[in-house]
Amino acid sequence: MTLRLKKILLLMTPLAIALSFATAPVQAADTDLSLSDQGIQTSADGGLLEALMFYACAGVTLACGFAICLSKNIVRMAVYLFGTLAAVALMYFLLLANFIGVIQLIVYAGGTLILLIFGVMLTSKSPWAKFEVKRSELIAAGIVCALFAGMLLFVVVNAEWPLETDAVVVGSSMTQFGTGLLTDYLVPFEAISVLLLVVMIGAAYMARQE
Amino acid sequence: MTQFSVPWKQSPPLEYRGPARGIVALARMVYTMATPIVSRFPGPILLGAIVGGTLLVWAHWMLFGWVETIAASDVNGAAQSVWGQTLTTAEIGAYLDSHSIVASGILKYLLWPLQLELLRDLVGLGAIFGLFNLIPVYAIWWERKVAGRIQSRMGPMRVGGWHGWAQSFADGVKLVGKEDLVPEQADAMLFRVAPYLAFVPSLLAFLCLPLGSYWVFRNVDVALIFIIAMVGVEVVGVIVAGWASNNKWSVYGAMREACQMVSYEIPMTTVLLIPIMTAGTLNMVQIGDMQTGGWFSWNAFHNPFTFIAFITYYIASLANCKRAPFDLPESESELVAGFHTEYSGFRWALFFFAEYAAMFVVSALAVTLFLGAWHTPIPATWAFEEDSIVKIFLNGVLFSSPFWFIFKCFIFIYIQLWIRWTLPRIRIDQVLYSCVQVMFPIACVALVGHAVWMVLLDGTVVSDIIRWILGLLTAAVTFGFLSVAAFGYRNGRQMVGYLAVKQLPGA
Amino acid sequence: MFEIGLTHYLVVATLLFVMGIFVMITKRNAIGILIGVEMVLNGANINLVAFNRYNGMSNIDGQIVSLFVIVLAAAEAALAVAICMNFYKNLNTVDVDHGDTLAG
Repeated sequence: MTLRLKKILLLMTPLAIALSFATAPVQAADTDLSLSDQGIQTSADGGLLEALMFYACAGVTLACGFAICLSKNIVRMAVYLFGTLAAVALMYFLLLANFIGVIQLIVYAGGTLILLIFGVMLTSKSPWAKFEVKRSELIAAGIVCALFAGMLLFVVVNAEWPLETDAVVVGSSMTQFGTGLLTDYLVPFEAISVLLLVVMIGAAYMARQE
Repeated sequence: MTQFSVPWKQSPPLEYRGPARGIVALARMVYTMATPIVSRFPGPILLGAIVGGTLLVWAHWMLFGWVETIAASDVNGAAQSVWGQTLTTAEIGAYLDSHSIVASGILKYLLWPLQLELLRDLVGLGAIFGLFNLIPVYAIWWERKVAGRIQSRMGPMRVGGWHGWAQSFADGVKLVGKEDLVPEQADAMLFRVAPYLAFVPSLLAFLCLPLGSYWVFRNVDVALIFIIAMVGVEVVGVIVAGWASNNKWSVYGAMREACQMVSYEIPMTTVLLIPIMTAGTLNMVQIGDMQTGGWFSWNAFHNPFTFIAFITYYIASLANCKRAPFDLPESESELVAGFHTEYSGFRWALFFFAEYAAMFVVSALAVTLFLGAWHTPIPATWAFEEDSIVKIFLNGVLFSSPFWFIFKCFIFIYIQLWIRWTLPRIRIDQVLYSCVQVMFPIACVALVGHAVWMVLLDGTVVSDIIRWILGLLTAAVTFGFLSVAAFGYRNGRQMVGYLAVKQLPGA
Repeated sequence: MFEIGLTHYLVVATLLFVMGIFVMITKRNAIGILIGVEMVLNGANINLVAFNRYNGMSNIDGQIVSLFVIVLAAAEAALAVAICMNFYKNLNTVDVDHGDTLAG
């Protein structure tokens, strides 16, 4: 590169930067974006695929839940719980509740579950600690839970829910959440933030080294 | 080839079995065909790949855009079947003719299958999976090259001819062919599942990651939180891997990982609230599109607090994808590779894919949220009218394209590599101290400061001046860095020797 | 069968809820019981979100309540793990059957 070219380039740089500043448009957000541009789902997108996805999610949820019931190893239980949580998050996506779905993933799967596994690691002496349960207890619990499940299912399937369904349901947007949390739900929102503070202090107090 | 006779018994040549066999044969074929060409014309091939890729990207964008316009202009568009097909080739041809688009005869047959939703999704998924696989492969190769250069050696040079470009592919073939070992005392089921628990979330993060305004597989309104969640969920796989290995070092690595990830997620997410507040949305595409106005409209230069937030985010993201100086979970010298001590072969490769993909994802977040996403420093108001293919192509090269996005991400990956091979690893108590007592207060101060700034000073002259100063400062630093790099590149051979001789005792 | 309605989600939620109760009853490990509690809360959450969805979604009350449930679950897990660690410190086990002494 010749010296003159270098000089010209050096002179051009501040000029170009200044020019780009001069022409930088004011940040104007498009307020009238369509729903798909905003990334909001509607129930019209569904169809056969939605049904298939639902059955897949429900299958994973229930299979992992059943595996938790049967498993004796606590870490495996936590991993099955991860499967349940992820499948439930997918179900929230199917229910057009995107925000709840991602919050489920980030808080439950990314936070609570790790806390649980951490708790397991800190509180078990041998890696495969097992806690035996009497067979009679298992049978009794199974009968009680089966009766309870039958009762609840009977109610759920036979009840007439007063639903006001529209043809096309538009998914929730973040704006709704923001305004909801700061208007209608301000008191529970504040209460829960105070509760979180209390829990933080309490957990730190209880888990501290003497 | 002469046969040497050896006094010991020769083992038969290694036989690959199962799917590894096909992969090995394919790799061997590609290698023998590609090597002579690549080693002879590396420069033209690189340039051609970039130009060809840009053309492909824009052709693809135009085709999909046309299909969408045609589908939207169709009255019966709402009554789509599962397969999404409503238009005939004749209708597409009529639309193309009415808009005087050349070559409509061939184009209508090309466009017809693209209106099938499922097919478009499959194309998109294929592209994402390809990108997801290609990025770690070249990031690993690049890391080895950068490490070599920093340590005054060459790095991989053999495989493939030109600067060992096929090294990672060769490693991949080797890893696929390796035996899949499960330790006797390990929890076999969890041990087998854990790599997938780490791998799949980082793949899922790519589903919502926009590479350009129209370059996103699913434009979700909560994309940002989804990506953060996926980066955070990846840690479950690491913890389970460490635990299932039933190895002291692995469990230590897993514990450190859990501790570090959970604590660093807090400052990282807090800091990410700042660009969210500026943009007023969680949709990554919208956040990216708000930064079209060139260098000075990028979020990082918005005010001092966003600038602090950017730096804080970058440091926290290093901890979040366990890169040096926060690579305690896998510290080679103390924990013999930590959580993946017991892994080998394909499962080990999955961990590496997950790690390098996570590096790309956190860099992509930094680029999208703070540094202008897929836009160049040139303001978009200068862009050409998009009335011919050449101008569309020029707009893509000069103003915004997925290639710019990937280029910027690789700059940040380069800085991660640079830090890794420069700084020593810090202790676990220092890691937690720096999170709780340094990063988190800084993040909180920046958040509150940004909120106050947005209320009081946004849109005033002070704000513009500050933005100008910050932008110029960063430009100067970047320019200085580039000139040092250029100087080093030009005088590389003398400089290293000179420094080495000067540093030696008795010189 | 292929038209997914409210009842489908309610059935899944019910089954998850009951499984959670079963886990809470049968597990001896304190953290296992915590996992059961998480399952119960998830079952309840599916109900909230599903009712919200199939009521036309003109408001998002159900989703906001489920958001509060998720936050409460996280807080509860943090406290419960702290309690488990104290329990372990005092009794050297997390078997809840050993937690029947008031002397600690």
